[in-house]
Amino acid sequence: MATFKDFRNSVKPNWCPGCGDFSVQAAIQRAAANVGIEPHELAVVAGIGCSGRIAGYINSYGFHGIHGRALPLAQGLKMANRDLNVIASGGDGDGFAIGMGHTVHAIRRNVDMTYVVMDNQIYGLTKGQTSPRSAQGFITKSTPGGAIEPSLKPLEVALSSGATFVAQGFSTDIKELTALIEEGINHKGFSFINVFSPCVTYNKVNTYDWFKEHLTKLGDIEGYDASDRDLAMRTVMEKEGLVTGIIYQDKETPSYQEKLNGYAETPLVDADLSLSEAEFGELVKEFM
Amino acid sequence: MLHQLSWKVGGQQGEGIESTGEIFSMAMNRLGYHLYGYRHFSSRIKGGHTNNKITVRPTQVRAIADDLDILVAFDQETIDVNYKELTENSIILADAKFDPVKPEDSKAPLFSVPFTEIAAELGTSLMKNMVAIGATSALLNLDNKVFQSVVDEIFGRKGEEVVKKNMEAIQRGYDVMSELLGERVGEWELEPADGKRRMFMIGNDAVALGALAAGSRFMAAYPITPASEIMEYMIKKLPKFGGAVIQTEDEIAAATMAIGANFGGVRSFTASAGPGLSLMMESIGLSGMTEQPLVIVDTQRGGPSTGLPTKQEQSDLMAMFYGTHGEIPKVVIAPSTVEEAFFDTIQAFNIAEELQLPVIVMTDLQLSLGKTTVDAFDYSKIEIRRGKIVDGEIPEPENKDYFKRYENTDDGVSPRVFPGTPNGIHHVTGVEHDETGKPNEAPGNRNTQMDKRFRKLDYLTFDTPVYVNAPHEEADVLLVGFNSTRGAIEEVQERLSAEGVKVNHAHIRLLFPFPAAEVAPLVAGAKKVVVVENNKTGQLANILKMNVGGHDKFACITKYDGTPFLPRELETKVKELLD
Repeated sequence: MATFKDFRNSVKPNWCPGCGDFSVQAAIQRAAANVGIEPHELAVVAGIGCSGRIAGYINSYGFHGIHGRALPLAQGLKMANRDLNVIASGGDGDGFAIGMGHTVHAIRRNVDMTYVVMDNQIYGLTKGQTSPRSAQGFITKSTPGGAIEPSLKPLEVALSSGATFVAQGFSTDIKELTALIEEGINHKGFSFINVFSPCVTYNKVNTYDWFKEHLTKLGDIEGYDASDRDLAMRTVMEKEGLVTGIIYQDKETPSYQEKLNGYAETPLVDADLSLSEAEFGELVKEFM
Repeated sequence: MLHQLSWKVGGQQGEGIESTGEIFSMAMNRLGYHLYGYRHFSSRIKGGHTNNKITVRPTQVRAIADDLDILVAFDQETIDVNYKELTENSIILADAKFDPVKPEDSKAPLFSVPFTEIAAELGTSLMKNMVAIGATSALLNLDNKVFQSVVDEIFGRKGEEVVKKNMEAIQRGYDVMSELLGERVGEWELEPADGKRRMFMIGNDAVALGALAAGSRFMAAYPITPASEIMEYMIKKLPKFGGAVIQTEDEIAAATMAIGANFGGVRSFTASAGPGLSLMMESIGLSGMTEQPLVIVDTQRGGPSTGLPTKQEQSDLMAMFYGTHGEIPKVVIAPSTVEEAFFDTIQAFNIAEELQLPVIVMTDLQLSLGKTTVDAFDYSKIEIRRGKIVDGEIPEPENKDYFKRYENTDDGVSPRVFPGTPNGIHHVTGVEHDETGKPNEAPGNRNTQMDKRFRKLDYLTFDTPVYVNAPHEEADVLLVGFNSTRGAIEEVQERLSAEGVKVNHAHIRLLFPFPAAEVAPLVAGAKKVVVVENNKTGQLANILKMNVGGHDKFACITKYDGTPFLPRELETKVKELLD
């Protein structure tokens, strides 16, 4: 059986020292080993930005696509091979700005895959502009007077979009994050995991220390029940989204693939492509 | 007896105009006639004038008829909008219900026929279209039995009574019309046909059936006129073959999802029209750069922007030619008949996988929605070629290095391996990369990979890149077109040839890479080259000039008012250029 070391490759990440993304990468590698899959049975599909490079840093099939389009690429891949474990990942700009339309629809579509967002509340690779996740008043190169738009609330968006799995992690807590990703991979449907992954170079507000001070573990809240969507929404709103753990999971709703009429139970990639002469004849006859 | 009949039914959208045309066409198809049907419709659900013009004759027909022999009108607007197409030998059959008025300068007589009244007597005014079909059948001297199998097929599941009532409506229409016509009954009788039943389909049907026959098992698409029928057909059929269609949130998702599924090893595609293609430009670049196969169907419609969404135009040519930023190898195909649409779609899937690049199948609204009879497609000509896919075990790579997915081969094509395959792990990126897919911006590597990607085009094989009908070594004129202008050009060639003009015809089926070697001798062998196209700026003419010499011979006939070329107007314009 593969260990997390088998999911490492020889590529040296070009992230800044101290970047939160290192831990996200490690957590994905550990989670993949823990759920008992082999590297070739995993595909990581990523967007563009610092975080997008993750697809090349894990020993698995990797697709580093277009800015904001990791989710449609990943869903297409999963539709082609339902036996493959597909993880999409990208940053908050990728998922909540340019790719927000795909994020909401991927959540409601519920294709059986996992989406890990590395949320650092800033645009890093373009060297420090505001992100939809930046807090109001946040000063960046593109918001010298402070951001005037309110910050987007991904957990509330996910919950109201019909998500069947919503979790949030923090990149310093690799143990919790690994467990969340494992749960996400095992979840039969679309699992959405937002991860606070601090940018040590451009975000001097939302630092490791800041998160440590502000985050609450859902496990520490007495009586928290992740199967209760109303409670999840109330808690997220009360805590202003600063929680970690499994926020909500619906284990009953079948995935998109399971609901789909006629979809093959074996991977489509293995399907016979040719129509028999009789099958073709039937199709032709319908036009006569 | 007539050799060709042109029949049009018109009324408000949503009142069964389309099904009237459909039932009439099905019956004529069963008698062995060739048909060409073209709908005029608006971008709204109900209301607004719509009509369906059907040309019928015992020989192949690919163009809309110049004139109209019979106009069936369910409202006054139909008469007012269409009567100018009528001649002194034509006739208007109008529903008595709206007290039809014959325009003063109409050359054709108007017969007010109680379509709705008769239908209502039989139980429901909805059957007014059947009464109108019956009336038509009196003009053509048809045996009403021909409608029995059609009515059975359409209404059979609604029960015997409904079938009976509809047949009765046809008979009543026939009877009342016979009485009105007196001795003119059967005046529009057609020469007999061969009795052979053919497929009767729109171009979009042929594209969709082609995709299915090519082994496509996944489609992602967003609804748009005039492409939606392709998606709708796939939604109906793919579940029977284990496949699936996802209606995506937008065209960006549609194209990227199709790339993702192709990466996964499944032949996948999307279909859209101009506005959707604009959104897919980044995906076309991704497909080219990452060498993932991708088939996109562009059913051109009137542009720019929302433009003329339900009208004919051929103005996406340059966008498809150049589209996406940067430089990628790409193939653009433009079928000109329903049969070509079927086989070219299959070719598109083969090329996309063999050369690992985006292939655009470009149609236009007239081809996509024009409904025509065609002989059953030949099963034995369907061929699936998937190109280089690693078959068998892959040795374990050293130091966990990637499989060389972008190996610099002689033909530029590197073997593919699908995710899930042991030891095939590799990285795919839209960033410039080395042979293993790792990002690499070094100048030497850039040249190697860029040249490798473009080298693939040298190995393109395409069956019949140009349709040629060139009987003359030295022609007075070479007519050139692409997509649905084929029918009108063929008619013009026939008419001018009969007058002694030496006309050659070339219809470009492979637009990119442009088949200059096939076209150049035809240009050289013509005194004049007339390029016929449905756009403002003469896009095909410009592409021809870029690729073939002899610029001083070129003239261009363009039309961009949203309506297709009719043979007579084209004939007139060609003659003006020849004078």
